[in-house]
Amino acid sequence: MSLASLDLPAPRDGLLRRLSDMLVRRARLLTLLLLLPPLLWLGLVYLGSLFVFLGQSVFSIDEFSGTIVREPTTATLLELFRPANLDILLRTIGISAAVTVLCAIIAFPIAYYAARYAGPRVKAAFYLAVMMPLWSSYLVKVYGWKLLLAKEGAIGWFAGKLGLAGALEAWLALPLVGGPSLSVSYTGMVLTFTYLWLPFMILPVQAALERVPPHLIEAAGDLGAAPGLVFRTVILPLAMPGVVAGAIFTFSLTLGDYIVPQIIGTSALVLGQAVYTLQGTAGNIPLAAAFSLVPILVMAVFLTLAKRTGAFDAL
Amino acid sequence: MHAHAAPIALPAVRFASVVRHFGAVRAVDGVDLSIAPGEFFAMLGPSGSGKTTCLRLIAGFEQPDAGHIEIFGETVEGLPPYRRAVNTVFQDYALFPHLSVGDNVAYGLRVRGIGRADRDRMAREALAMVKLSGMETRRPAQLSGGQRQRVALARALVVRPKVLLLDEPLGALDLKLREEMQSELKGLQRALGLTFVFVTHDQSEALSMADRVAVFNEGRIVQVGPPEEVYERPATRFVARFVGSANVLEAREAQALGGPARPSSLRPEKIALLAPGAPVPEGAALVEARVTDVSYQGPVRRVSVLTGEGLALTAAIPATAAGAMVGATVRLAVPRDAVRSMEGEQ
Repeated sequence: MSLASLDLPAPRDGLLRRLSDMLVRRARLLTLLLLLPPLLWLGLVYLGSLFVFLGQSVFSIDEFSGTIVREPTTATLLELFRPANLDILLRTIGISAAVTVLCAIIAFPIAYYAARYAGPRVKAAFYLAVMMPLWSSYLVKVYGWKLLLAKEGAIGWFAGKLGLAGALEAWLALPLVGGPSLSVSYTGMVLTFTYLWLPFMILPVQAALERVPPHLIEAAGDLGAAPGLVFRTVILPLAMPGVVAGAIFTFSLTLGDYIVPQIIGTSALVLGQAVYTLQGTAGNIPLAAAFSLVPILVMAVFLTLAKRTGAFDAL
Repeated sequence: MHAHAAPIALPAVRFASVVRHFGAVRAVDGVDLSIAPGEFFAMLGPSGSGKTTCLRLIAGFEQPDAGHIEIFGETVEGLPPYRRAVNTVFQDYALFPHLSVGDNVAYGLRVRGIGRADRDRMAREALAMVKLSGMETRRPAQLSGGQRQRVALARALVVRPKVLLLDEPLGALDLKLREEMQSELKGLQRALGLTFVFVTHDQSEALSMADRVAVFNEGRIVQVGPPEEVYERPATRFVARFVGSANVLEAREAQALGGPARPSSLRPEKIALLAPGAPVPEGAALVEARVTDVSYQGPVRRVSVLTGEGLALTAAIPATAAGAMVGATVRLAVPRDAVRSMEGEQ
């Protein structure tokens, strides 16, 4: 058999092929075509509408007629600093911070195990276990927690069986975190939020830990660092971008939520509820927009601080 | 350290019947070795031969399943890496990406609790030693491969290890840099008087740098000795083929060439191509064979031939010599003393 008999016919020269030729030659055109739809979506639908809404915060509302006065003013933004509103902001930021810290503390060992010790089968089970709670209804989970946290609920019963009823009572007697029962306390609210958002912390932390090369951990030990020191000086700094990514989720999800605080916790408002009532029954869109600015500013401050402390050095 | 010196009373590293298996695979299968203080010791072998596992056993990243390991007389089984006076230069360098070059080098000093000023000064000195002065504030990502290699070296040396372990440290470098680093490593080792244990799959690297070479195959050491000995007198077929691709002759074939009646090795460069009509040199056997393949390799040509009796040989002849053509019949001279018995073969 000669080599010539192996010759294949050239592919037919159709319209698509010529289009491909043109796109291969003009790489910039291809990039533009690929980027245009997502940029339109992101730029117009997402950011555009967000800025239009936030722009409302420079308007104010006429106290008598309840109509929006479309003249630029700082009055609405300054209203945020009224004690009642400032109270809402600080309470919400405090709860979000507590939820984020708790999520990070619970998520880290789980993520660490999954990233460094789990075999392929255990890892598949891990992903399933972490993701599964996200597939069931949010409301069902929140009401489930309401029952668990109630005075005659499972947590109280279990604490009683373990002889910890006194400890639970003592905790509930504390100012701020306590209350008549867990289900109407900040403790209950923080626990529920932590449960809800934990997967959003576990997954990025696990991904970050997975990217830490095992050789680096060996090298640190080789250079004389005991395991605790290896953790502090190598593993934790390298996992920090993942923790920050997880914190962005848990922090902003808690900042914006208005359903959990309605079902669990005290009667005092949080930011999400404030926005909800202001734009609904009160019809005060400018103040609602001003409140909505806060999470964005808080996240900006958080990311700046994270960068300052070197959380992104490993990126 | 003298090249032929036998290990003295207190070896830097001693293995006694060390075994390490991973599942059913015996990665290290009964290794005995003794490395003298100040020696440049190379562990040579193909991938999966157990040489890297041996290095990791010295470092403490692996623990032996059986046998005994000593470092300067101290039993180290069960001792974690951070309690051993040995340091490793990793194949991929393993520099900390979140630390500057200076902090990378100072890491071992920092975990020993040495103050900022002292460790910065020592890190600067170590970087100067590997010719990287002024690079302290850079990030590892901003360095070239060769520079990262030097940082890894400085980081390991700054903590004054008793034994320095090097895991294929030159593997990722290009040829010119590799040759430069070879002589530099050798110079550093001589200047510091340190024991270097060097793992490589590159036989020329092992031969050119080491005082002694241990050849690994399938989890065992098949031969250990000075480079000249390993190269000139391979003990087994494996060593003959792996180190410099020698011809392997069966007892009958060796005898026919005037050698011993034992399995023997024959270095390709010892075989000479005779010009037509040229006399056979004193003490050499004449082989007439047909050329089956010729490959040009820069300084030499490798000529593969097949004799009428079915013996396949490879000869390395100077590239400048008149080349043999594929299919031509050539006359080869094989010096009798180049046919050497392989003592490790039956």
